[in-house]
Amino acid sequence: MSDVLIVSEQQDIIREFLIESNENLNRLDQDMVQLEQRPGDKELLGSVFRTIHTIKGTCGFLGFKVLERITHHAESLLSQLRSGERQLSNLLVELILETVDAARKILVAIEATEAEGPDEYPDLVRRLESTCAGAAPASVAPEEPRADAAAEAPGPPDPARLETEKTSAAADSAIRVDVGLLDKLMNLVGELVLARNQVLQFNTQKEDGALNATSQRLNLITSELQANVMKTRMQPIGVVWNKLPRLVRDTAHACGKQVRLELDGSDTELDKTIIEAIKDPLTHLVRNCCDHGVERPEERMRRGKPAEGVVSLRAYHEGGQVNIEISDDGAGIDVETMKQKAIEKNVCSAEQAGRMTDREALNLIFLPGFTTAQIVTNVSGRGVGMDVVKSNIEKIGGLVDVVSRVGAGTTVKLKIPLTLAIIPGLVVTSSTERFIIPQVSLLELIRLDGGSSGKIEYVHGTPVYRRRGTLLPIAYLNTVLGLKPPAACEAVNIVVLQAEDRQFGLVVDGINDTQEIVVKPLGKQLKGLTIYAGATIMGDGRVALILDALCIGQRSGVLAERRDEEHTEAQKKTQSAADEQRLLLFRAGSFERLAVPLSLVSRLEEFPQSVIERAGGSQVVQYRGSLLALLSLASVLDPDAPDQAIGRDPAQVIVFQDGERSLGIVVDQILDIVEDVVTIRRQSARKGLLGSAVVGKRVADILDLQAVLGAAAGDWFHQASGGKSKRTVLLAEPAAFVRGLLRSELQMAGFQVVEAADTAQAVSQLEHGAIDLVLVAVDLPPAGSRGVLEAVRQRPGSARIPVLALASGPVQAQGRPAGAEDFDDYQSKFDRGAMLRSIERLAAALEPEHAVLAQTGKER
Amino acid sequence: MTTLTPNSGKEQDWQKADAQYSTFFVGDLFFGIDVLSVQEVLRFQEMTCVPLAPEVIEGLINLRGQIVTAIDMRRRLGLPPRSTDVRPMNMVVRTEDSAVSLLVDEIGDVLEVEASAFEAPPDNLGPEARELIRGVYKLKDRLLLVLNTERTVDLASGRAA
Repeated sequence: MSDVLIVSEQQDIIREFLIESNENLNRLDQDMVQLEQRPGDKELLGSVFRTIHTIKGTCGFLGFKVLERITHHAESLLSQLRSGERQLSNLLVELILETVDAARKILVAIEATEAEGPDEYPDLVRRLESTCAGAAPASVAPEEPRADAAAEAPGPPDPARLETEKTSAAADSAIRVDVGLLDKLMNLVGELVLARNQVLQFNTQKEDGALNATSQRLNLITSELQANVMKTRMQPIGVVWNKLPRLVRDTAHACGKQVRLELDGSDTELDKTIIEAIKDPLTHLVRNCCDHGVERPEERMRRGKPAEGVVSLRAYHEGGQVNIEISDDGAGIDVETMKQKAIEKNVCSAEQAGRMTDREALNLIFLPGFTTAQIVTNVSGRGVGMDVVKSNIEKIGGLVDVVSRVGAGTTVKLKIPLTLAIIPGLVVTSSTERFIIPQVSLLELIRLDGGSSGKIEYVHGTPVYRRRGTLLPIAYLNTVLGLKPPAACEAVNIVVLQAEDRQFGLVVDGINDTQEIVVKPLGKQLKGLTIYAGATIMGDGRVALILDALCIGQRSGVLAERRDEEHTEAQKKTQSAADEQRLLLFRAGSFERLAVPLSLVSRLEEFPQSVIERAGGSQVVQYRGSLLALLSLASVLDPDAPDQAIGRDPAQVIVFQDGERSLGIVVDQILDIVEDVVTIRRQSARKGLLGSAVVGKRVADILDLQAVLGAAAGDWFHQASGGKSKRTVLLAEPAAFVRGLLRSELQMAGFQVVEAADTAQAVSQLEHGAIDLVLVAVDLPPAGSRGVLEAVRQRPGSARIPVLALASGPVQAQGRPAGAEDFDDYQSKFDRGAMLRSIERLAAALEPEHAVLAQTGKER
Repeated sequence: MTTLTPNSGKEQDWQKADAQYSTFFVGDLFFGIDVLSVQEVLRFQEMTCVPLAPEVIEGLINLRGQIVTAIDMRRRLGLPPRSTDVRPMNMVVRTEDSAVSLLVDEIGDVLEVEASAFEAPPDNLGPEARELIRGVYKLKDRLLLVLNTERTVDLASGRAA
């Protein structure tokens, strides 16, 4: 934050303090006089006490020592009065009034010089002190210290006179006005604007010089009045920004970051209602910048940036709107990551993502449930927020845009109208009625007069228009409102509207002109009709309804259908991704239906017998520049039966791969790939099988990949990840079948796995070995996952081990179930991708110094 | 003794004292509204119709800059529509929310009625009418029906046609 800002802020605060204190002191005078007449009035006494207390508190905050001291003593005195330790006497009143006078003088000095002045009122302080201590108030004539003060004060010639003549310039130049009154004024001006419009319209019909001149004058005065009344409701945006430095400090602290806040244009003014409306979105955006935007100091250093990140806010007027830019110099948003996320979350297909422009991809952050944060923190990252920011800003007719460069930072731009009460709108007609479309939702106007400009075409009965090569859905205002269609007319007027992020064309009968309109609410009888945003009074005195673009789009079906369809589909997909697992079904030996999670399979291959060779006692093929060992599955599962698979031509091979190593499993036939919920039906005692499950309506045996691969090459898993030091994961899961599945997945991902079937086992495993990470099923017997969590947290050696809770059902992107907040993460055990990503992330965060060491080692 | 809903103290007390009623006709029914809740009476006004609105809403009128919803009393009471050559009158009443205009056939006098002449709606009154009629004053020559204005303008409650 810049020094200039601090100074001006401080000045603002002092000015407000002066206004408030002067008001309070004036009231105090009256209160004291009344108190003298009614000494028993507790309420009055309380009010006096509060006034003094307020002044004292603010003085302490602003560093006005003298004022603080005298008000402090006065407060103590009043507090004794309040508690009944002391009775009010004339002398006491005298003393307090004297304090008030002294305070006033100090305030005058503060206003003139921003300092309290040299007089420290030692005599007054002494008398206050002694009175407090229990002595009867010393009867000193009030004139005496006043005269002293006057003689001692060198600055203003006569403070006493100054006080009477000029109580406070600040207090005189500003008055406090009830906001309700301002609202009323604004309404009245709105009425005046309407009346003016009517007079102007009337004037165009008459040929009267005098009326003409008068109405012109009325026009000018009204415009000026409107502008000025609007100004009374204007507040500098600094009112909201004042709270941000603290917010930034706290957020940065919580995230372990260093962030500096720069504010530019805090005197930019906005209508009060708008200021209130943008308060929350701004807070959220700034918090986002600190949490997601700016990197950790060590990461910034590594990228050659100063350790301290900068979040800057800029506000300025432009073309009747206010622009607010919130930027950080952080990591920026990677467009490719955004697309990836979008595909993962089924927001769009890979193909759609490919066609997306960078801008479109960046705007994905405004979708509900979308987050780019790797880690969900208590500050943010749950994917709620940006969509709320967008909808809040759009609610007040504003626009949000985001620009980002990877490594250089992100800027969010808000465009906000100055005021809400009077808005520009386009007047259109439909049937015989006039309607108004707010300018903010208006994109362009198209007129089709049957010539070369094109025509409305139909896709399966749905009207569309080819606009610059893309199809624009079309709605008819007559139809939407249930009005009579107009007589056949050659020309078609299309109003292109923007609602949320979609566009559509609205066919109207006629387009009139744009007007400044005053939005008036509809009565409660019509509140249910969301298609109208309100009503206004037109120049001819008649009422016209204001249309809501979004609702028209939804009502006419041009928006809702697509959106809903996408929404439900996306929902369905997420559901399935979490719930189901894709399984590869195949046949081998005497096993008619075997299944293995497709996620573990690298490729499916067919090898002609001619390429299969023998080397070192086993069968191999040359595969992608290295040797692929082949293993007949039937021989592992059923060693006694004759093996036909290996001799089949071509041989069906499932290739499993991990890093450099790969192994081909020869099967008799690949059957199918099915998506199904894996639920264990029966556990298997046979080596190489985890158990049986219903897959695709028929029972299949699930392969225990670890056992099979272990049979082929005993050290498969142990050396799989080469030199990479392995993390050990404790897997606590009651069902042996699921445990086996998860174990395979974890081992394939390069983790060492220690297993436990219940809490007691898990705890004993914790005692035994060096565990790096704990995965615990929420349904772990006897009492769920909490027992393990507590065991981990309570043991001194393991308190910092990350614990991941595994749910049996699908997990929502945002919001964990109650009680799950204490875990480091919460994932579905059947969503392999999300689970592994979460584990990798937790593992990566385990020992950052490890990574740093490795790096310095490399540099050497 | 009555089927009043105890909405507010005021409402409970309203028939205890003698009162003045603004009267009007809808079809052959003779209605009265407490004169204090009537804001003004206007001739037929230019009206903006509101597409998609409930049928009883005739439109919106501009009452000196205030936008007022007009409710057609014939439709509200389930009566047959008035003949096209009769222009309805606006009876603008104050409600909790805002002013609402009731479109009626004809405006009558302001009548002073005695509390003793009041009687609860007869038991054989249909449920629809019972919803909107608070009670009946037995005048010399005819019956004055007391309209429940709050209910009348609340289209959400009951059977708003």
